[in-house]
Amino acid sequence: MSISSDQVTYIAHLARLRTDEEKSAYFAGHLSRIMDLVEQMNRIDTDHIEPMAHPQDGALRLRDDEVTAENRREDYQAIAPAADQGLYLVPRVIE
Amino acid sequence: MEWETVIGLEVHVQLQTKSKIFSGASTAYGAEPNTQACDVSIALPGVLPVMNREAARLAVKFGLAIGAEINQTSVFARKNYFYPDLPKGYQISQYEIPVVGRGELEIDAGDGPKIIGITRAHLEEDAGKSLHENFDGFTGIDLNRAGTPLLEIVSEPDMRSAAEAVAYLRQLHALVRYLGISDGNMQEGSFRSDANVSIRPKGEQKLGTRAELKNINSFRFVEKAIRFEVERQIDILEDGGEIVQETRLYDADRDETRSMRSKEEAHDYRYFPDPDLPPLVLDDAFVAAVRDSLPELPHDRRHRFIDTLGLAPADAAQLTVEKSLADYFEAVVGATSAEPRIACNWVLGELGAALNQADIPVEDSRVDSAALAGLLDRIADNTISGKIAKDVFAAMWEGEGDADAVIAARGLKQITDSGAIESIVDGVLAECADQVRQYRDGNEKVIGFLVGQIMKQTQGKANPKQVNEILRRKLAP
Repeated sequence: MSISSDQVTYIAHLARLRTDEEKSAYFAGHLSRIMDLVEQMNRIDTDHIEPMAHPQDGALRLRDDEVTAENRREDYQAIAPAADQGLYLVPRVIE
Repeated sequence: MEWETVIGLEVHVQLQTKSKIFSGASTAYGAEPNTQACDVSIALPGVLPVMNREAARLAVKFGLAIGAEINQTSVFARKNYFYPDLPKGYQISQYEIPVVGRGELEIDAGDGPKIIGITRAHLEEDAGKSLHENFDGFTGIDLNRAGTPLLEIVSEPDMRSAAEAVAYLRQLHALVRYLGISDGNMQEGSFRSDANVSIRPKGEQKLGTRAELKNINSFRFVEKAIRFEVERQIDILEDGGEIVQETRLYDADRDETRSMRSKEEAHDYRYFPDPDLPPLVLDDAFVAAVRDSLPELPHDRRHRFIDTLGLAPADAAQLTVEKSLADYFEAVVGATSAEPRIACNWVLGELGAALNQADIPVEDSRVDSAALAGLLDRIADNTISGKIAKDVFAAMWEGEGDADAVIAARGLKQITDSGAIESIVDGVLAECADQVRQYRDGNEKVIGFLVGQIMKQTQGKANPKQVNEILRRKLAP
């Protein structure tokens, strides 16, 4: 298997996903099959093909530098779990 | 053992755009919290980023100014980490293909010019701000800053001392202001630097383990933080210890660096190309238009001032720190018959002091370049002496009119009529018989006293050169 159970646990932690040993082992199997497919593609010679960063062959549309957004703080904070004095409140991050 | 310091710098420059890099929210500093945080800034589900053309233009402008290769196709990537002032859970940045490739910057830390390599410069969005005080058990989040365009400029580990690091930062700071791509305001966070510092035995090629010093936001603190960090690393290695690769925060109050354990964990950002953003493609015409908009670069202008105007290298460097000051100086030189060297002395001397005291930029000077040129003309044509000119300048600064008006109103016109000067000289020589005897006995220094007496009688209006000549002629045995 190309992905170990420990790697799954590590990635899950980075993504703030809860997992346990049984689940990690299960997903290690699934993810390994995906990685094996990628590995199979890696064996194809692509030296003369320009890499793509995006599945569509397009370019970024650029906009002019103009302020177009209005202040909608009231609307946004009405649906926020907590806000005070114009700030969004979150559980304290530093000790 | 002799140690060598190795420093690389990462500088975040806030680009001077009106709106954010991926949305139409304002970037103005100092607004009420979250009043400039639109749906994209707060990452409401379903929103999409739309790139600001001006941000791309300013990045390319910087790249061309440092002689870098411009990647006409560059790619935005997601840098994933969790922090409440980054509501998307990722920062949009550039990773594998940044818009600006390798370039260089010339610095001078006092021991001659040195080239510092710039590895790359990439576009990214800023995060919001966390406020940890005043909320019991909570942190307040202001997302006004989220999405402000930044250019992250990464140097090669080419600096060998704290002084070189500071020289690099000053040069870079002057350049971004000169190009008009950033206001460079350090208090407002428009120019922030992180330093990668390591040491190695002198002669060793391999780099030592580095510590990253975060957010050192004044030139003075950069120097102090690096000095402290180098000492710390030397102490550890000489005691047989090992340097740990980590992020450290400089504490200005205690003048020390401290480990930032909380941010250390998981430096694993899992970058991948942002599926919301196709590649940034800039055609030849775009790059050519930016190239055409480039002003004469400070480095070239400095050399021109030295080579064709005959200025001293230190003066030329000082004049070209700010584009507006160099422009003012050139306007004076173009409008006066005085020597460029004299114009330089006045711009850096009297004018500089007056600007400093009034705490205003040269654009707002109370004496404009044409007025200063007019004053210098009156020195050049001997209407007034350089000394009197300082009084005239002060009067002009106070709004008493141009040089000619002040000279006329105050009767400051220099006495150049040699007959008039001679009769004053004769009078002084008659009064100061003692000094005349001393001079003739070989004490040449008393001539200074006699000149002083003459200038006093003429209220400084006699031409000093003429006074000297007449005096020496009359004193000759």
